[in-house]
Amino acid sequence: MTAVTPAPPAPTSRKSPRTTGTPRRTARETSRGYWIYLLPGAVGFIAIVAIPFGMNLYYSLTSWRGVGTPKFVGLDNYIRLVADPAFWASFLHSGAFIVAMAVIPTALGVFLAAVLFDYIAPKFGTRAASILRAMFYLPQILPIVVAGVLWKWLYQPQYGILNTVLDGVGLGGLRQNWLGDADTSMLAVMNVLIWLQIGYTVVVFMAGLSRVDPALYEAAEIDGAGWFQRFWSITIPQLRPEIAVVLITTSVAALKVFAPIYVLTRGGPGTSTIVPAYFSYSNFFTTTQVGYGAAVASLLALLVTIIAIVLLRYQTRNAEGFEK
Amino acid sequence: MTTTAPAPDTVPATPVRRQKPARTNRNARSRRGISGWTVLILLAGAAALMIFPFWLALINAFKPSTEYIADGPIGIPTQLDFTAIIDFWVGVNFNQKLLNSVILSGSVALIAATLSLLSAFAIGIGRLKGRVWILAVFMLAFTIPQEALVYPLFVLSRELNLYDSLLGVTIILAVLQSAFGTYMLASVLGSFPMEVLEAARLDGASRFQILRLIVLPLTRSTLAVLVTFFFIWTWNDFFLPLVLLPSASNQTVSVSLGALSGQYTSDPTALAAASMAGILPA
Repeated sequence: MTAVTPAPPAPTSRKSPRTTGTPRRTARETSRGYWIYLLPGAVGFIAIVAIPFGMNLYYSLTSWRGVGTPKFVGLDNYIRLVADPAFWASFLHSGAFIVAMAVIPTALGVFLAAVLFDYIAPKFGTRAASILRAMFYLPQILPIVVAGVLWKWLYQPQYGILNTVLDGVGLGGLRQNWLGDADTSMLAVMNVLIWLQIGYTVVVFMAGLSRVDPALYEAAEIDGAGWFQRFWSITIPQLRPEIAVVLITTSVAALKVFAPIYVLTRGGPGTSTIVPAYFSYSNFFTTTQVGYGAAVASLLALLVTIIAIVLLRYQTRNAEGFEK
Repeated sequence: MTTTAPAPDTVPATPVRRQKPARTNRNARSRRGISGWTVLILLAGAAALMIFPFWLALINAFKPSTEYIADGPIGIPTQLDFTAIIDFWVGVNFNQKLLNSVILSGSVALIAATLSLLSAFAIGIGRLKGRVWILAVFMLAFTIPQEALVYPLFVLSRELNLYDSLLGVTIILAVLQSAFGTYMLASVLGSFPMEVLEAARLDGASRFQILRLIVLPLTRSTLAVLVTFFFIWTWNDFFLPLVLLPSASNQTVSVSLGALSGQYTSDPTALAAASMAGILPA
């Protein structure tokens, strides 16, 4: 105690010369010394993100096979892209993967979360609901590559589970080379992605529902609202912020999808499952058309950045709403 | 008091949860009915379908391939057979891949957390001018598709002799992931109690002392979460390790499994064994 009591006078005396200036100057003086702590992060960012991204933009304006000197060709790569059916196919498939990774899992996730929260939990107890939730979540703990290997095995045409089961129940006529046939490969890959994503949306939406005031549901029930009425008028409006964030983040993830394609189909057969990420990868490292691949990657980066900015703006607006 | 008394022994949780048992007692148990059970059974069926692939991988990884050919994939194996797992493990030198993954994920997690803390300290505590913009630029590192960086990184790392080395990939992934950590920690530190810092400054604490003695202990739990995230992300990361670690002795678990998916398709239980080996560390 005695050591502490003398302390207060000392700081005030030390503080007084500083406070003679404006408080703003004091704040600036202290913040100047903090720049040095930003240095490692800033150097890393410049070396790993800024410079490579600039180089990638430059490559996209050149014709280069990866060896020798790049030849500057202006916007030729982009002009070629517009006429390339594989390019349009890849972005079209991105749309399909947004359906498979964002739209369907969100719709199913809201529905399943509502059933678990507003039907199973009150009737059979929260324990039943959380066991079911854990089962839906399980695919999420898998590394994506492992999920790919697992499904490749399930889809395998000769001895794979799916075809064996079809044979077993007498539907052998429905046997398919699921991943090897251009008609089914896209659906097969989408199925894997839906399987992977549902757990994420169910868990996020159930967490969202637990913050909803239960009195809302009780009042609706007393007023005679059925389950579907409660679903439309309470669950969906209450979950709107979560739905928006989940839709945007999973859409960005869908645009970037690479590992499942690499493991399951390598974009094939033909270009039936090609996506921008795999398209640029194969241009870089398989056909070594570096400039062309860089152009694809730049366009993808542009698209993702636009969506990310929308996301950030939405989040800051929401946060402001919270403070008010 | 008497009305709230039954609550704690069911769910010791938030007030939101506490309401639920009351509802259960009021009307639900008596109204389970046929429709209730139907919904439960449908939902349990859907959930079982979700975990069915895991079950198949589990039973077939330990099934002799002769039995697989004779009885198909659904039957439960009559004997435990480790040959498929062992063949895979030895065939790809899985110990080496596990070691690589542990080293890479561990060092990325620690370096990325340190970088995040330093940057967030400058932004959140130092209140740098234009910090909103600095954060926005950092976030670009997190959202940008890695395809738009990979070829230049490939070229640069070859020039710097960091190609096909765990060190190179460690640096790259640490910087990319620290962007998220910086964003998260900066928002935590932005609401840091200013009186504490002011008091420390008045007592003559240097900036480094503030970081080490005040900020670090108080953000320990957030840092622990970040380290866990970074570790898992790196463990599961596929694209950059695939490109930058071509040689078998440097590959990670994810890359080796991805590369394997093209081969081995003649042996029906090999892929099941491989995916089990991939699941086990998780």
